[in-house]
Amino acid sequence: MTRFIRWYGANPLHLLALICAFAVAGYAALRLFAQQPIGVAVWLVGAAVAHDLILFPLYAIADRSARSVLRRRAGNLGTLPWINYLRVPTVLSGLLLIAWFPLILGLVPGFEGATALSPDGYLGRWLAITAVLYGGAAVAFALALRRARRIGGG
Amino acid sequence: MTSVFGLVLLVGVSVMFVTGLASYAAYNPDLGNDTTPDKGLLGFYLFDWPTHPAWLYRLTQGVHVTLGVVLIPVLLAKLWSVIPKLFDWPPVRSPAQALERLSLLLLVGGAIFEFVTGMLNIQLFYVFPGSFYTLHFYGAWVFIAAFAAHVALKLGRMTRSLRSRRIRDELRTDLAHTRPEPADRDGLVTPAPAPPTISRRGALGLVGAGSLLLFVVTAGQSIGGWARYTALLAPRNRNPGDGPGGFQINKTAASVGITAADVGDAWRLVLRGDGLELTLTRAHLLQLPQHESRLPIACVEGWSTENQHWSGIRLAHLADLAGLPGAANVLVESVQRTGSFRSAVLRDNQIRDPRSLLALRVNGADLSLDHGYPARVIVPANPGVNNTKWVGGLTFRA
Repeated sequence: MTRFIRWYGANPLHLLALICAFAVAGYAALRLFAQQPIGVAVWLVGAAVAHDLILFPLYAIADRSARSVLRRRAGNLGTLPWINYLRVPTVLSGLLLIAWFPLILGLVPGFEGATALSPDGYLGRWLAITAVLYGGAAVAFALALRRARRIGGG
Repeated sequence: MTSVFGLVLLVGVSVMFVTGLASYAAYNPDLGNDTTPDKGLLGFYLFDWPTHPAWLYRLTQGVHVTLGVVLIPVLLAKLWSVIPKLFDWPPVRSPAQALERLSLLLLVGGAIFEFVTGMLNIQLFYVFPGSFYTLHFYGAWVFIAAFAAHVALKLGRMTRSLRSRRIRDELRTDLAHTRPEPADRDGLVTPAPAPPTISRRGALGLVGAGSLLLFVVTAGQSIGGWARYTALLAPRNRNPGDGPGGFQINKTAASVGITAADVGDAWRLVLRGDGLELTLTRAHLLQLPQHESRLPIACVEGWSTENQHWSGIRLAHLADLAGLPGAANVLVESVQRTGSFRSAVLRDNQIRDPRSLLALRVNGADLSLDHGYPARVIVPANPGVNNTKWVGGLTFRA
């Protein structure tokens, strides 16, 4: 037992759980890959790669650069966590875009033909929500700033 | 943080898996309406989909889709919180870790694959490689296998970690008092943390706000009524028109190639049963006993309509006419010539429900062309595409 654990690196139950998972996943994967194996492989692995190596670095870099670029201009803001007034509307608006980008960007050719509903207006509505989110954040920031100055000055 | 997101996903993904399996069963795949005929053992759980309550499919599929949309921020936050593990060095320390990392590729790839194919399908953006049903169903099994193993391996860790902090205390802790996590066995916590820029309650609140916002701009398409207009970004956020036929249309007649000639004076309903074949005009059908029922349309895409007021001939009565009052099932065929779902098989419980109709009229007027004129099927709790439109043939079978 101890020899197994030393060689394998974990409890035998760990191995059992994973073998079970691979068996079920393999059974389903044979069927998943039956029609268009290359396309499915690209989508499945591409999903993980697109998130881990593109989307995640993108928003990590955006956050870092926003903080480093704006820090210099934020000298007189004291300890106010100003970055969060930028982060919150950006994250919320971004989430809406990630979820509904085909409609927002008008990428669905047959939408109106199939549903008898106009595909227009999604971009406008998303921009309007985005404007409200940034506007709300700006107002909240201004109020927080005033409060902080009053406390600081008083 | 990871454990809180993990717990939400554990509950949420379980509900999505169950409602997803239910949706597959609702199609009656064992009768031939099977988009994944090679499923083998993966259909082990199939059961006869009930017709009560009439809003059952509205509920299960509305929950499946809306919950999926709402979980997007939680999934992204969970992945964000564990991303340091991706850059573990050395990448492989033991066979156990190598296998686990392989299962994590299936877990993460499978999760994103399921969310992406689902989100694209409900927006009618068919860019994925193959049939949505095949990809989403088999993909779900790949994902759930990896998910179950992940839960089995991490449940203890999650529980311990959830117990290590009191949520009430965390919700009272502001940024100034936020301290980094103590070092953990998994190496998720950075050894040299930068000063915090957001409190834990702030991060949780942001994810929660994202979910709430997505709920607000989405759920109305499944709730209907005035709430439909609040679903600002959902595909079915307004009705296509006013009047009796002004409710949601899955696919218009034009989009599936139905022409005026297909449904004009030459249209006939061919009724087949126990060795007999009847050819009926719409005038014939209107002379048969008409019944009314109030039933919704509910789509696999998650949207649904409120109850519509249908009238037509009971399927049970048509089974009698076909000489098979105890029919085991009925093959319903549309005059539609191309495309998927132009025929469907209904089970005996669906035939015999007194609310199941071959509808000729809706909301006090003849069916509109887009809603299946001259005749369409409407069955309680049936997935929308199995309520066949432009019906040209009914074959009852013992």
